[in-house]
Amino acid sequence: MKKFTYSSILSQLLLLVFVIIWIIPTFGLFISSLRDKDLLAISGWWTSLTTTEVNEIYRMSGMASQIQEEDYFIIKGKLFENNPGKKIQSFGITSKKINEFEIGEIAIFKDKSEVTIDENGNYLWKSFNEFTKKKGKRVFTTSLSPPSFTFDNYREVLFKEGIGRAFINTLAVALPSTLIPLIICSFFAYALTWMKFFGRDTLLAIIIASLVVPLQMSLIPILTIYNDFGALFGVAAKSYPGVWMAHTGFGLASTTFLLRNFLKSLPNEMMEAAKVDGASHYDIFLKIILPLSIPAFASIFILQFLWCWNDLLVGLVFLDQVPSEIILTAKLKELLGSRGENWEILTTGAFVSMTIPLFIFFALQRYFIRGLVAGSVKG
Amino acid sequence: MSLLNLSLIVFLGVLFFISYFHISNFVLDRYGQRSNNRYQFENSFRVIIFILPAFIVLFIFILYPVFETVRLSFYDKFGREFVGLYNYKWAVNDPEFRRSILNNLGWLLIVPTLSTFFGLVIANLADRIWWGSIAKSIIFMPMAISFVGAGVIWKFIYEYRGPGDTQIGLLNAIIVSFGYEPQAWLTIPLWNNVFLMAIMIWIQTGLALVIFSAALRSIPKEMIEASRIDGASELKIFFSIIIPYLEQTILVIWTLITIIVLRIFDIIFAMTNGEWQTGVLANLMYDWMFRGGGDSGRGSVLAIVIMIGVIPILAWNLYKHRQEQKI
Repeated sequence: MKKFTYSSILSQLLLLVFVIIWIIPTFGLFISSLRDKDLLAISGWWTSLTTTEVNEIYRMSGMASQIQEEDYFIIKGKLFENNPGKKIQSFGITSKKINEFEIGEIAIFKDKSEVTIDENGNYLWKSFNEFTKKKGKRVFTTSLSPPSFTFDNYREVLFKEGIGRAFINTLAVALPSTLIPLIICSFFAYALTWMKFFGRDTLLAIIIASLVVPLQMSLIPILTIYNDFGALFGVAAKSYPGVWMAHTGFGLASTTFLLRNFLKSLPNEMMEAAKVDGASHYDIFLKIILPLSIPAFASIFILQFLWCWNDLLVGLVFLDQVPSEIILTAKLKELLGSRGENWEILTTGAFVSMTIPLFIFFALQRYFIRGLVAGSVKG
Repeated sequence: MSLLNLSLIVFLGVLFFISYFHISNFVLDRYGQRSNNRYQFENSFRVIIFILPAFIVLFIFILYPVFETVRLSFYDKFGREFVGLYNYKWAVNDPEFRRSILNNLGWLLIVPTLSTFFGLVIANLADRIWWGSIAKSIIFMPMAISFVGAGVIWKFIYEYRGPGDTQIGLLNAIIVSFGYEPQAWLTIPLWNNVFLMAIMIWIQTGLALVIFSAALRSIPKEMIEASRIDGASELKIFFSIIIPYLEQTILVIWTLITIIVLRIFDIIFAMTNGEWQTGVLANLMYDWMFRGGGDSGRGSVLAIVIMIGVIPILAWNLYKHRQEQKI
């Protein structure tokens, strides 16, 4: 066997390039969601993976915190809150020479006051004369910062920004929007496959045609129906049941089509035998078809669930954009507009919205792929 | 709405449909006529029970709206007065509409083609390498996440800071490190469309990849082995055996992605909202559904234009379905 030919090495390299390009965007988002929000705004996420040198500016405390000790006036303090691992390498007192002094050296300002800083950011600033300025002087530090990650962003996003509630809303939209079509389409597909009735072929052709009809064709008339319905009965036009039914409608054709393809592959003899034994269609459905269809149901469930979970348009049109109804994608879009510069909120929010899809992806990938392949090769 | 209420209506909503089927079938089983033509009688009721809910939903959400949208496209913005071809004439002369059509065509030309191409190439590479299935998993992953989520991911990549500042967007950081000026990628007309398309390609390549992977397994291994022994290069095998063998699959994937791209909305809505000349039909339509109180006539025209794009595919699917029925 030729294992290490040039062409095989070349293909490995090429594939590696593809993999890197494909993974990096998501990876960057994930890393960013775990970073300190101030650092996130001033440095690229890739710098957080290694120990990096960062230059920062701090201002020491002013006259209010001075104490007198013998001949000196002293201001003591910390440049930054305890950050294990962050070590100052050098510091400076003018912006021209930001690393003029080593740790422990004494720097002398123009007013003859002296300052020294240790590597943990504790400073000691002393002067013969009383400090008279409200604000302290600036010092420039160069420090080594090891990779450090935090869940603070998640805490903030889940509880303060309303992403947590949006997560629950999305679940309340997606679960019924998946189960309802699965229930009604399994009976529908059963009838289309195993029962004889007038108009069956036409119905099947309509399903095939509906597979490709874009959602947009339905939006305006359905919105009108909902508004009329709401006005007629004096209820809110936009509501959870409304969204479920909209998703059911838009997922109906593909769900039916996939289920019918599956049912068609089951052996006819089984059905006939059960019928001879006096089983009704409902018995056959419950006792024979249902247990056999579990893998097919799993695939279709995943496809429809992901579609509903990830949908934006339906949730935007058929739900009010209020905290108790807004779904994750709509919330994210809203944050993109209002908090476009707050990357800690955006990256974390996006990652929260991806948790369920990613879980399904990693845990149930086999069913997911099977559904996609079944849906496409035929459609 | 409190969480308790919410879970309650979710539960009741699902329960409603289960009970409908269970109770109606139970009643039929119990009181169905016990005579010689039992099956016939029972069946006609049973058929109605089985197909009614799905049919009602199909009628309300697909069949009726399709005709209603066509009707509305000939009516004024409130759907009350017949205005003939007025809305269509408006569309033809509207610069935003023209822009959107051009952009949509660009999307249709580039995204399905490149996604299919990358999918095919990667499926081939991964098929022969021991860590191929891991690679496939990684490239397939974007399929699971939402367009909006992908939008945030890529907006972060395209993030722009002024020339003096540290770039936190990867793309700008790279080009700055090569000594070029940082760019506000999403605001450069024409090119920004390409940057948006990249997101879609990033997502849809996974779809093409898994379908190709499944199809590749159907190619007889002996054929490829034989040509390898005859001294054919890998490239030669790819172009002379694999591509012809997968012709049908390539077509299927290409149409599949075309359908998805035709109604593309989320990415543009989240990233640029159609500004800087990135609008597409679906965005323009959404806009007109609400702009100035909503214009159902113009919105409908835009929906129909999207629909026209899928009609050839629809006809082809029906034709294939006919052929299958005959066998």
